[in-house]
Amino acid sequence: MTAGRKYMHLAAHFPGVNNTTVWADPRSKSQIEFSSFEHLARTAERGLFDFFFLAEGLRLREHKGRIHDLDVVGRPESITVLNALAAVTERLGLAATVNATFNEPYELARRFATLDHLSGGRAAWNVVTSSGAFTGENFRRGGYLDRADLPHSRLRSSGGTPITRATEFVATTRELWDTWTPDGVSRPFAHRGQHFDIAGEFTVPRSPQGYPVVIQAGDSAEGREFAASTADVIFTRHGTLEAGRSFYADVKRRLARYGRTSDDLKIMPGVSVVLGDTAAEAQEKATEIRRQQVSPQNALLALEQVWGTDLSSYDPDGPLPDIDPVPESSITQGRTRRGDTVAIAEKWRALSREKGLSIRQTVIEASGRQSFIGTPEAVATELDEFVQRDAADGFILVPHLTPGGLDEFVDRVVPLLQERGAFRTEYRGTTLRSHLGLSDPVWKG
Amino acid sequence: MGLLHLAAAVDQPSVHDAGSYVDLARLAERGGLDFVTLDDTFARPGLDALAVLSRVAPETGRIGLVPTVTTTHTEPFHVQAAVATLDWISRGRAGWRLDVSTTEGEARLFGRRHAAAADALWQEAGEVADVAAKLWDSWEDDAEIRDEATGRFLDRDKLHYVDFQGASFSVRGPSIVPRPPQGHPVRVVDATEGQARRTAAQYADVALVRAASAAHAGAVRDQLRSEAVEFGRNPDDLRVLASLLVDLGDGEHAAEPGHGGGGPRQTAQGPLYRGGPVDLAELIAAWHADGTVDGFHLTPVEPRRDLERLVNGTVALLQHRGLFRTFYPGSTLREHLGLAKPANQYVVTGGAS
Repeated sequence: MTAGRKYMHLAAHFPGVNNTTVWADPRSKSQIEFSSFEHLARTAERGLFDFFFLAEGLRLREHKGRIHDLDVVGRPESITVLNALAAVTERLGLAATVNATFNEPYELARRFATLDHLSGGRAAWNVVTSSGAFTGENFRRGGYLDRADLPHSRLRSSGGTPITRATEFVATTRELWDTWTPDGVSRPFAHRGQHFDIAGEFTVPRSPQGYPVVIQAGDSAEGREFAASTADVIFTRHGTLEAGRSFYADVKRRLARYGRTSDDLKIMPGVSVVLGDTAAEAQEKATEIRRQQVSPQNALLALEQVWGTDLSSYDPDGPLPDIDPVPESSITQGRTRRGDTVAIAEKWRALSREKGLSIRQTVIEASGRQSFIGTPEAVATELDEFVQRDAADGFILVPHLTPGGLDEFVDRVVPLLQERGAFRTEYRGTTLRSHLGLSDPVWKG
Repeated sequence: MGLLHLAAAVDQPSVHDAGSYVDLARLAERGGLDFVTLDDTFARPGLDALAVLSRVAPETGRIGLVPTVTTTHTEPFHVQAAVATLDWISRGRAGWRLDVSTTEGEARLFGRRHAAAADALWQEAGEVADVAAKLWDSWEDDAEIRDEATGRFLDRDKLHYVDFQGASFSVRGPSIVPRPPQGHPVRVVDATEGQARRTAAQYADVALVRAASAAHAGAVRDQLRSEAVEFGRNPDDLRVLASLLVDLGDGEHAAEPGHGGGGPRQTAQGPLYRGGPVDLAELIAAWHADGTVDGFHLTPVEPRRDLERLVNGTVALLQHRGLFRTFYPGSTLREHLGLAKPANQYVVTGGAS
């Protein structure tokens, strides 16, 4: 490894449930069968990736009051899948997204400590919260959700500084993970906070990593602060090199306030990669994938999400609507809101006018291309540049095909990264913390 | 007399490595057992049981995997999704032993509700069993269509809201997990006591009865079957297994009065059979032959030693006498148990989405 050169960290996101996963392709296989998970995880491990990442679903998305039917949907429960994957992999980190709103610290701490034991120290938890009554309809807690669960809320005042449920949740799980001494003695715990008032004995001995790795997804100011105080990895949005450098500097700067160093938090944007033998071929493939991702029906749906009203009579190959969006529409449930829809609509119309694009072409153009497109050499160079210039510590790859979507990257790009001295050539340690270069947590007795 | 069914517990106190559980499950699988169980509560030391058997799944091929998952402090939606997922990763070998958390100590670990009486908690467990089956059925088997012409991945008319309203919780649905391979993973309930027995009669595919005598086991089985009929079920859809602790450690104990050939005796931990593997085979054959039970669920006192003696001694003898399978003709737990894949309740009733 060249002096001063940073090693990149790599992770793989199971393609799963969203509108970037292409199902209308002969190579697209089941998103449910264990064999698909096994193929992707084994491929990631063959590529010496740091970890494999699973998202979570708790309520099927709805559009116009009906279950959304255009995208891949339906998935197994993440932690259970990862326990099974621990049997067919040896070193790969195993990360599950699990909601802090519809779970309780005792049970979840136990499930992650168990995964860490059964995998020999490879567990990670991507902490998310849910804002909503919509998802809450599937849960006991949904009946008495209050705004205290929302990340931005003022909390039940019980003196002191209000903290979010997620922050207290993670802190509480760590208290539970600390109740066993490193030499195997269990001691009772009692936690009394704004969100949780619990006591007893934690029944799982300290796991190989001490604390499973904590991941935070999201770019908001609160998210950055939460990550700086608590997380080991931040799963962020990918943008330009300059935007990445600015985000990176901002997040790393926040660490000192919590007595942490720059190495204690890894910044890993989610990215998509399209490879070709030539730059032109890669561009062609990228365009074709975008066309597969945005079917005519999906184009109308994207339009309805912005306009907030039924546009099913429009021709996806025709022009955009002249009418203005309906503000504050709840036409779509179970996905993140799009922000200022009037501004977005205006931007899309401008784009369409300027380039003479149809509805579908506009959606394809406006909703983002893949992050890295090119020959393996060009992509390896560009990825390395993002890392060396402090726009990222690594990447979470989001393939568009299940289960073969990672094969080409591992076969063609990983060796080039290794040749450049930008990526490991073997796993040095056995735990995910060791892959990520994170120190073992200090036991707080 | 139906086929004989055999199951064994793979509980191992203070064992936290996956390999030990894999070894025991494989041993049981070598004996052709219907399933293994792994018990769990939030109060006893040990790993999450469903997680352990998920870890075991890829390293076994045929044997059923039945973790205990409690219903008192857990979310029904999460529980059914985890059990369905175990069914997917094991390709149709999942079961679920329902249990309740009755102590204030367990309640304090969650801090959401106080301890309640077993009757009420088993009533709730029944509701959880009910909503789980509804959620498993909330996707019809052929809901995923991948229809390029219309751009639809899914036929949403084949997905169903369950709109379940129980005494202490409600669930809207549908599930996030498509219908598992067995339709309904096998639900197991220890029906030895009170309210648990009614829940078993109504919802269980397999009921366990801790009984020290054939007469007691047979009486409970008769009661379970007649209650199942009252609940509108076919009693032949319910397997009743006698649940015994087994100590196959010392051959000489078999000669002692009250052990071995004398049958099990009641202990503080439950009915215990202590004796040799051959006498245990005799007991199993005898209780099964006269229709007292459909089979046995055996919990080794010394996990590895007793499971080895059970498989190599007792099971081998039963196989030799033609009383127990020598290979797995089926691949799912339901097939081992002779239970059909249940019809989807939303298809049968034509329930609208």
